Amino acid sequence: MNIFRTLALSASMMVLGCSTALAANLTIGFSQIGSESGWRAAETSVTKAEAEKRGIKLKFADAQQKQENQIKAIRGFIAQGVDAILVAPVVATGWENVLTEAKEAKIPVILLDRGIDAPKDLYLTSVASDQVKEGRVAGEWLVKTVGSKPCKVVELQGTVGSTPAINRKKGFEEAIAGQKNISIVRSQTGDFTRAKGKEVMEGFLKAENGGKDICAMYAHNDDMAVGGIQAIKDAGLKPGKDILVVSIDAVPDIFQAMAAGEANATVELTPNMAGPALDALAAFLKDKKQPEKFIITESKLYTPADDPKGEYERRKGLGY
Amino acid sequence: MRTPSVKRLLSPQLVALLGVLLFNWIVFPGFFDVAWRDGRLFGSLIDVINRGAPVAILSIGMTAIIATRGVDLSVGAVMAVAGAVAATCAVTGQPVIIMLLAPLAVGMLCGLWNGFLVSILSIQPFVATLVLMVAGRGVAQLITEGSIVTFNDPVLIFIGTGSFLGLPMPAVIAIALMVGAHLLVRRTAIGLFIEAIGVNRSAANFTALRSRSLVLAIYAFGGVCAAIAGTIAAGDIRGADANNTGLWLELDAILAVVIGGTSLMGGRFSIPLSVVGALIIQAMNTGILVSGFPPEFNLIVKAGLIIIILVLQSAKLAPALHRIFKQRPVKPSIQTSEKTG
Repeated sequence: MNIFRTLALSASMMVLGCSTALAANLTIGFSQIGSESGWRAAETSVTKAEAEKRGIKLKFADAQQKQENQIKAIRGFIAQGVDAILVAPVVATGWENVLTEAKEAKIPVILLDRGIDAPKDLYLTSVASDQVKEGRVAGEWLVKTVGSKPCKVVELQGTVGSTPAINRKKGFEEAIAGQKNISIVRSQTGDFTRAKGKEVMEGFLKAENGGKDICAMYAHNDDMAVGGIQAIKDAGLKPGKDILVVSIDAVPDIFQAMAAGEANATVELTPNMAGPALDALAAFLKDKKQPEKFIITESKLYTPADDPKGEYERRKGLGY
Repeated sequence: MRTPSVKRLLSPQLVALLGVLLFNWIVFPGFFDVAWRDGRLFGSLIDVINRGAPVAILSIGMTAIIATRGVDLSVGAVMAVAGAVAATCAVTGQPVIIMLLAPLAVGMLCGLWNGFLVSILSIQPFVATLVLMVAGRGVAQLITEGSIVTFNDPVLIFIGTGSFLGLPMPAVIAIALMVGAHLLVRRTAIGLFIEAIGVNRSAANFTALRSRSLVLAIYAFGGVCAAIAGTIAAGDIRGADANNTGLWLELDAILAVVIGGTSLMGGRFSIPLSVVGALIIQAMNTGILVSGFPPEFNLIVKAGLIIIILVLQSAKLAPALHRIFKQRPVKPSIQTSEKTG
């Protein structure tokens, strides 16, 4: 046992040593969308930390939600001759020209968090979460938790027509499809915000017999769930007990609610897209190993059994 | 003479509000059920006045501004700034009085800035307030550093979610502000001055009216109203969400004022009817929530109802409708009722 452990340790040390040695003088440009949400801010700070950990010099550009700013930033990175470029694309289209320029300059580009409509040879890889899977993990948790008991679910959707709202709804519905005892009785949009989540849940509680008929609340993000939890409390019910609460994202505040027994489960949308991206890049630069075109991050389920207090402490400094 | 108050009960806005409420009752039979729970009233109807309060408060300030032939696009952003200031004060443990006054002071400062651009520099209100609409949200994000600042301050939470005499605190604040503002403009000459500026500012100037300082003061008042709404919004979710607080609410506030019958061309205005306008908007929102419509229909339902309401009170159709119901034409009746009320 001990020999194996030592071997594994030394092997991993060697890998680590190699990658740091290789990365030591790398300069990478990162074009971020902006700071429109807490998650985005966390992604930025985690990316900076991941680069620092590997000894990479990161040049950061905030596009303030504008593609033209991102294109300018990428052109700037090309002119500065960076070793690689990370982009979190604000929209899906219009990237062919600037990515071709990067390709001609032989600078690999990695997409973070969102995909684009462009020929696949224009970027090295893309790192993103599987939003359908996030919904599915949430649904599977509910199926397992309620067992054969009848369960009426209310759903707080994200912004109407947005990709995460569509996919997280789809995944959840897939997971509960075979279960006759579980049904979604109400579904409305809370625009991914706390205030709207609270308002929508207030309406649902009135419409479903003061909330007595509701067995679970599924929110497409944690912020809406936090708002919904307040609405449940205002209605005189106990969130987490009278009404199960399951949501997606794993932001710090949901762990606070979980520690207080007011939330039951959350599925993580990891802000660490840069870690896998930089690993793939290191492997590519070292021995030209082509990474997979679509790297999918893990959609990890967190419940009160997973030390919510500790998770809160770990995450609160990330800028959520 | 109290006859105008009877007329006011029959104003198209109140009829529209009743219509929307009845519509809600048809799609959700429990709509008018109000229960007493934990020392407060509880029910969909209470939700309407509670959730409608922030827009109602915005619409009070917006009415006065629009009556001077102006507009304030920045109120949503000022809400976010005020909420961020209140939350920051709460988190850093400032005394209660500072925590409550600082957001109001910041709101007034924002309003004074708008007023300065409009009244002193004579920049068009649409453009002048657009500056703060864009920049204000950025300021709020700077204050909160892009994250949601949560707090547990009991006073702020009480303002957002507490209750007084069974009524939700936001509604109590909105009603008090409405009554206060209405008395101020109708029991003094200020209302007349505002209308004079809105109808013809140069003529008002020739009558020795100090329109500059009055316009400045009105924009400052609009900023204070926005700050109150922002403090309520922050207290409601126990946190300041700089990205989303008050987002697009300036449009709801303008809509409430328009539904309330105040002309965007300035002049004649009514604060209570603007508040009714805000309640109509919220009654639609709450109605959609309890009705069970799929969310894809939200905006269509809302747009359809608003078109019906605006058509019903349009300059051409309203007198015709009143003739059918054997009443005097709507325009003079509202004017006299407002002037004398």
